[in-house]
Amino acid sequence: MIILTPLKTFQFPIHAECVNPDVFQGKSMKEIASLTVWEGNKKKKLGDLFKIEETSAETPNITINGDVSEVRRVGQGMKTGEIVINGNAGMHLGEKMAGGKITVNGNAAGWTGSSMKKGLIEIHGDAGDYLASPYRGSTAGMKGGAIVVDGNVGSDSGCYLRGGTIIVKGNAGPFLGFHISKGVIYVEKNAGNRLGASMTGGKIVVSGAVDELMPTFTVDGVKKKVKIDDNFKAEGPFYVFLGDLAEHGNGKLFVSQPSNPQLSAIYDKYL
Amino acid sequence: MTEMLIKNGFVFDPLNGINGEKMDIAIKDGKIVESVNDSRAKKIDATGLTVMPGGVDVHTHIAGAEVNTGRMIRPEDHVKDVVRKTALTRSGTGYSIPSTFVTGYRYSKMGYTTVMNPSMAPLGAKHTHEELNDIPLLDKATFPLLGDWWFVLENLQRDDLEGCARHIAWMMETTKGYAIKIVNPGGLESWGFGRNVHSIDDVVPNFDITPREIVCGLAKVNKMLNLPHTIHLHTNNLGIPGNYVTTLETMKALESVPNDGKPICHITHVQFSSFAGDNWGNMRSAAEEISRYINNHNHMTFDMGQIIFSDTTTMTADGPFEFTLYQLSGHKWVNSDVETETSGGIIPMHYKRTSAVNATQWSIGLELALMVKDPWKIFMTTDHPNAGPFFEYPKIIAWLTSRKARMATLKKCHKKAQKKSLLPSIKRELSLYELAIVTRAGQAKALGLKNKGHLGVGADADVAIYNINPETLDIAKKYITARKAFDSAAYTIKDGEIVVKDGEVVQNVPGRTMWLDVKTTEQLKVDEEMKRKFKDYWTVEYENYPVFDHYVKVPEAIPVKADV
Repeated sequence: MIILTPLKTFQFPIHAECVNPDVFQGKSMKEIASLTVWEGNKKKKLGDLFKIEETSAETPNITINGDVSEVRRVGQGMKTGEIVINGNAGMHLGEKMAGGKITVNGNAAGWTGSSMKKGLIEIHGDAGDYLASPYRGSTAGMKGGAIVVDGNVGSDSGCYLRGGTIIVKGNAGPFLGFHISKGVIYVEKNAGNRLGASMTGGKIVVSGAVDELMPTFTVDGVKKKVKIDDNFKAEGPFYVFLGDLAEHGNGKLFVSQPSNPQLSAIYDKYL
Repeated sequence: MTEMLIKNGFVFDPLNGINGEKMDIAIKDGKIVESVNDSRAKKIDATGLTVMPGGVDVHTHIAGAEVNTGRMIRPEDHVKDVVRKTALTRSGTGYSIPSTFVTGYRYSKMGYTTVMNPSMAPLGAKHTHEELNDIPLLDKATFPLLGDWWFVLENLQRDDLEGCARHIAWMMETTKGYAIKIVNPGGLESWGFGRNVHSIDDVVPNFDITPREIVCGLAKVNKMLNLPHTIHLHTNNLGIPGNYVTTLETMKALESVPNDGKPICHITHVQFSSFAGDNWGNMRSAAEEISRYINNHNHMTFDMGQIIFSDTTTMTADGPFEFTLYQLSGHKWVNSDVETETSGGIIPMHYKRTSAVNATQWSIGLELALMVKDPWKIFMTTDHPNAGPFFEYPKIIAWLTSRKARMATLKKCHKKAQKKSLLPSIKRELSLYELAIVTRAGQAKALGLKNKGHLGVGADADVAIYNINPETLDIAKKYITARKAFDSAAYTIKDGEIVVKDGEVVQNVPGRTMWLDVKTTEQLKVDEEMKRKFKDYWTVEYENYPVFDHYVKVPEAIPVKADV
């Protein structure tokens, strides 16, 4: 196991896609220390910025102790192994990851798990904007795997989701699940406006209150429980909405009935 | 100025009938000459290498409003293809739509020296020329879209071909253009009213005129003006199953235009115009019908518009067609009606082997190129970036020259497309000589570029040298080696200067922008009526409309004497 500790408080963004169990695999301490990272526009070695130690423990493969909120692209494209970050993580954490596990004991910044294909990301704090969403303009959203956030998530999370599960135990910002076509998003507390805009498939489940419900969704019924994954069913009752009709969508939006009394005046008559 | 001698290469120069002869090419002052002073000249040892004229591309969207809008709506296209700057070259981004400088570098690395930007809304001419100025290492020209331009429609409606000709001569100077481009004739004007034309005899709203009259009229006008290139036509109903009937009708209609045995029309990206069937489910190749017609007639030339399986961006003046694509894919899109001139649309497109339609399209392009017997009639393009980015040309070269290569790709395609494809029955493999025709000589001839596409005395010293020894390398068998050789030229020489060596840019030279200075006996009178129309119908005043001389950094005016 490799332990990385920042040698200073970073002032500039660090691009460190080499911090990845697949890259570290089979490398000596010296080789790891000489991997390339970028600090702002300066090319540096990993050993210049981090204290690198090795312990005999097998897992996790990489532990980062300290605040690395300026360190971007950690675990990008990783396929196996485990990374634990004891502190705040930077942008693009686990982007395009295809396996393995990342745990953050702190907050994560934007684009965490962007376009991921497989694996698990656990964030025991808040996540930033664009959680699991693809790069701007791209439609290649998260395809599989799971992301669990204990705290809140920012705006535009889970955009273009094509598979996998996102579980948020706090609140979600606006544009949650924009344009999703498959997969599941669960929010335990409240969700912001434009919820599920342009969705064409998949499931979004909100146990808390919603800021607004877009007029392009139509109510379909009430359901007591909704399956989130194999181990977990969300307790309702939930209004079931279908949409986004503006996109001829066939997505399902489940919104808690008891947490949203304002909806009953509008939708109950259609049930 | 510099003298250069390319020694001992295997020269393929179809316009002069040279087929792999071992010979020297002498260059002086940027031109090919008979001989140079042996002691003074810089020598390039081309022993065991293939020497061809610099590549010519008859149809590639590299500059202008559409291209730039395509860049703007696709940040994800940029992030996946980033080019760093070097001491000599500039940085850039973009996979399907590379930025201007990278476009120049990438073409040059493949041995290309002349490219044609085939679609320019006259209103966007200034922008187009500004971008062309920024594309280094290549000679360029651009074709204004005139098929739905109101003055053309009005003149043709009155059957005043001479008036139309004078207008077009004026437009060539005004937009610094090179040829008449026609896109979905009549359809673009109709699109302004949310409609389209569906056959060549549909009437264009508000103008009592049909696509047939537009195409034939402009072909006649083109001839009256003696323009070096023919009309450059994107057919009606493009990209719609069953459209090959329209394509055949268009070609038959053009038989009525006198042609003296020479081509009078170039149908571009003919792959998109050769679909049979009546819906996307039973869409199949019409390559057999189209190629049979082409083999029996000599009044047309074509280019392939070959599909490359990639995530690319489609962009065309054919607004209604792009709207159809949007309805199919649901992707982000841009669509516009360019005032009184044309329309436009852009939508990203991912061509997949696993899609029956895309795989059939891929097959159609190759079937056409291989079933048309005369290589002087059909040229290699991808209609960049519509069917794929231009820097994937080496892949097409491999498919054309090696049956093994195309069968390997076909095997990975959708089963339904495999079953319908005619490729397994086609044995033909293009030789290096034929390849030189479809990638440079034929294109230069069709474009009427007298100094391009060949290595005869007096030609521009644009030369491509590839690391292929025709005596030892069988490109049909070792297609991957050949593909790599065509991907990065051993040398690219532009105007007598080495600009690329071993696939790396080693020198920057600006390219020229060619435009037609058409001299008519009687010039167009820009009268008050015409100025009034500019005031009433355009957002740009007449006085600000023309591309002034200073817009074109390195201009090359080609004088043309018209018959009117």
